[in-house]
Amino acid sequence: MAAVSSPAIIEASFVSRLVTRKTVMIGLLIIAVIAVLAILAPWIAPYSPSRLSVVNRLKPPSGIYWFGTDEFGRDVFSRTIYAGRLSLLVGASVVAFAAVFGVTLGLVAGFFRRLDTPIARIIDAMMAFPDILLAIALVAALGPSLVTVIVALGIVYTPRLARIVRASTLVIRELPYVEAARALGVPTWRIMSRHVLRNLVSPILVQGTFIFAYAMLAEAGLSFLGLGVSPEIPTWGTMIAAGRQYIGQADWMTWFPGVAIILSVLSLQMVGDGFRDLLDPRLRKDL
Amino acid sequence: MTQDVLLSVQGLTKQFPTRNGVVRAVDGVSFDVKRGTIVGLVGESGSGKTTAGRCTLRLIEPNEGRIVFDGVDLRELSEREMRAYRSRLQIIFQDPYSSLNPRLRVDQIIGEALEIHRPVRGAAKRDRIAELLERVGLNPDAARRYPHEFSGGQRQRIGIARALAVEPDFIVADEPVSALDVSVQAQVLNLIQDLQESFGLTMLFIAHDLSVVEYLCDEVVVMYLGRVMERGPSREIYAMPRHPYTQALLSAAPLPDPKASRQRVVLKGDIPSPMNPPSGCVFRTRCRYAVAACAEVVPPLEHIGSDHHVACIRQSDPEVISQGLTL
Repeated sequence: MAAVSSPAIIEASFVSRLVTRKTVMIGLLIIAVIAVLAILAPWIAPYSPSRLSVVNRLKPPSGIYWFGTDEFGRDVFSRTIYAGRLSLLVGASVVAFAAVFGVTLGLVAGFFRRLDTPIARIIDAMMAFPDILLAIALVAALGPSLVTVIVALGIVYTPRLARIVRASTLVIRELPYVEAARALGVPTWRIMSRHVLRNLVSPILVQGTFIFAYAMLAEAGLSFLGLGVSPEIPTWGTMIAAGRQYIGQADWMTWFPGVAIILSVLSLQMVGDGFRDLLDPRLRKDL
Repeated sequence: MTQDVLLSVQGLTKQFPTRNGVVRAVDGVSFDVKRGTIVGLVGESGSGKTTAGRCTLRLIEPNEGRIVFDGVDLRELSEREMRAYRSRLQIIFQDPYSSLNPRLRVDQIIGEALEIHRPVRGAAKRDRIAELLERVGLNPDAARRYPHEFSGGQRQRIGIARALAVEPDFIVADEPVSALDVSVQAQVLNLIQDLQESFGLTMLFIAHDLSVVEYLCDEVVVMYLGRVMERGPSREIYAMPRHPYTQALLSAAPLPDPKASRQRVVLKGDIPSPMNPPSGCVFRTRCRYAVAACAEVVPPLEHIGSDHHVACIRQSDPEVISQGLTL
């Protein structure tokens, strides 16, 4: 009975269970295709994303321009896959930022009683702001740039991770194996890394996947509002913002970057949902 | 204090603040553990025996009292100084499942204990782990496996090997067999007794099962609602329990002979809330001998001969004494 609830058991069959879930597999497949297209964009893109061709402005999708062209005659397909690089870069960087700070804050808050209240209050206060509003405020304050966007979104999503890590740490801290480590005289930092953090890998992974998706969406939102990276770099958000003015004549300008956002966010959510279900003992029965 | 006392706990008190008031989980508990002996700490759930055990290792900081280990008051040590003492005092846990980190292999679990106090590496470390595993009755192959691959009894053996890895002088065994199947309990108890004898260990054995304690322990401390009711040599307590609570506990323990019968002292009701304990003697609300005076004063632990102490104002009453003799 107790063996079934052991995280190690869950771990052992985790990969094999994951692969048998259809939604997870579809999600992984879509995000993999998007990642390959984005990473290999310089080799795949038929044109430079910034090549102007006034003669070919607002051309509908065709054999030459698969996704059509924009108001300056730039190739929408090339721009869409180049924009994917930025989205993935922002997503990954935000997850890394939130992981470093969120895990540290959560562990410290969960482990040291005296620091718990101040840290937990700050986390709650930050989570009270709507994500995108907080990001807008931070970017507006720091000035728009790639680094600013990553830092701003990192700050927005750090509390999400910190909260989960804190909650789990509070539980694990009281378990007998942590007490055993203390009885042995294991230094506190080692107890935190070896006994607590190691048992938090799964929830961090789940939350990290969701944060990746939210960050990509938020980056598109910021770019759409003109608060993203510099306008020369194509992003899905700026492409949609530009296409908005031509939506009556050239809806492909908004369609394709829009579909790219939907697919990447949806696929990450599918993967994250799959992870979460697999790790939740209450939901594992119906797998 | 005689020199062969390894651990002396004096006036140990632990209070937990809660929303509804202060809980006195352990209230002025005193006992000595002589070198090389096993002292049993018994009582119902909620009697504070586990908290008292944790406090003696400073896994929980007590509010008051002295914990004198080998001449040093552990409570006066700083965190750092205490760490140096940690290897001399170890603990075996009740739950063999949550007491082993599921993410670590057995050799990592035992290896951590080894490394903490003296650096061992490579073959020497592997040999020592294999030796420890064999000592607790496990195959040395177990080293490369994870805790979930073992049964409850085997996991308890791993926990014991971890405690032994630092070569402690004193071990707190917190109900080490109560979570195990009955068939496995005896094996683990035999192992503990065997290890105690061969390593000359001194132990505080926390239990609620009196027959286990009788089999294993040299002395017994009986706790109820955070206080010591009676303590003394096992033989004496089992032959002639003087405190009405001890009498009730003993009468509830099954006898090995199925034909034998004993007079049952059935306790009514539950243990009172430690938030609001009865005045005077905490046991009086469930005691069949309680008189009005029991509510007036907290009965002191009185010495009644050869290390035997009882906290009951009616302990010398013939009625109470004769009840003890019928068990």
